[in-house]
Amino acid sequence: MTAFTVNGRDYDLDIDPETPLLWVLRDELRLTGTKFGCGIAQCGACTVMLDGMPRRSCVTPIGMIEGSEITTIEGMEGPEIAAVQSAWTAIDVPQCGWCQSGQIMSATALLQQVPKPSDEDINNAMAGNVCRCATYVRIRQAIHDAAKTLEG
Amino acid sequence: MRRLTIAIAAAFLAVPAFAQDLSGPDAFADIADETERSVALFDEMGKVLTHPRCLNCHPVTGGPTQGDDMHPHSPPVVRGDADFGAPGMNCSTCHGTANMTLTDGHGSIPGHEPWSLAPVSMGWQGKSLAEICAQIKDPERNGGKSLEQLYEHNAHDGLVGWGWDPGQGRAPAPGSQEIFGQLTRAWIDTGAACPAG
Ligand code: FES
Ligand code: FES
Repeated sequence: MTAFTVNGRDYDLDIDPETPLLWVLRDELRLTGTKFGCGIAQCGACTVMLDGMPRRSCVTPIGMIEGSEITTIEGMEGPEIAAVQSAWTAIDVPQCGWCQSGQIMSATALLQQVPKPSDEDINNAMAGNVCRCATYVRIRQAIHDAAKTLEG
Repeated sequence: MRRLTIAIAAAFLAVPAFAQDLSGPDAFADIADETERSVALFDEMGKVLTHPRCLNCHPVTGGPTQGDDMHPHSPPVVRGDADFGAPGMNCSTCHGTANMTLTDGHGSIPGHEPWSLAPVSMGWQGKSLAEICAQIKDPERNGGKSLEQLYEHNAHDGLVGWGWDPGQGRAPAPGSQEIFGQLTRAWIDTGAACPAG
């Protein structure tokens, strides 16, 4: 059995400890906001928060998260995610949308740690989030916009 | 038969070119001069120190490299202030507390607790063994370690030990951590001499 919380809810699941968290989130808990892109930590689509830090759920065996708090895009709360969400919708960042859940999780994590990120900070934090629709220019813009909102 | 020959050839080719053994201190016992013996012991330790499993996380500039050909890390990552990546994408965004075999069965994401780059003062990529030797002994650059602490580190540190247990798809460092520790012990006991630059 592996005990952990997802979006504040307790779970105690009898699943092979090698099973990636992403499989558990999508197939068992039906939290499909988190996406599968590559399964090998190369695209960022599966990003969730593990005890408050971004984590690729496709390479996170659930045996590793015993006692941890997981937050998926469905459960995100706080000023940073609110600012990111409105900046994202204001300029329609997504195209197909597949990568966007992961982009938003990484962007939010960045803003939680660096409230006013430079272009370089954005490059470094977002380098692991790939977008096949190449919405990179709008992602960068929206992160800057969200930082401005957070400044108040 | 032809198919078999090709299969056998392929099996041999699959062995990485640098796969090598590590001799224990006994192999150097007949070098009479103590300093010469010490240098020979360090040269042997150098097989580990300059192996890609170790070098990849001892970069001199920029972030880590990966693979036996030491190509740049993918996705691109930076060292960051704490040798732990950038805010928003730390090492632990992907690297967990243990190696994880990928679900497609090909290779693994390496992991260990803790997992981080060696500090820049301990960067070795592109350096000669003489330079690495001077660096590794210098408390200013080795994290304030005495030779005794260096022995402890080489012989027992878990992240050093990861080099011999690197997960599926990666060739381990030569020999074993036990032999590496014995070599370090013998090197220190013979005066911790460095190879000539
Ligand atoms: S699905 Fe996890 S990084 Fe691509
Ligand atoms: S919006 Fe389509 S992959 Fe990013």
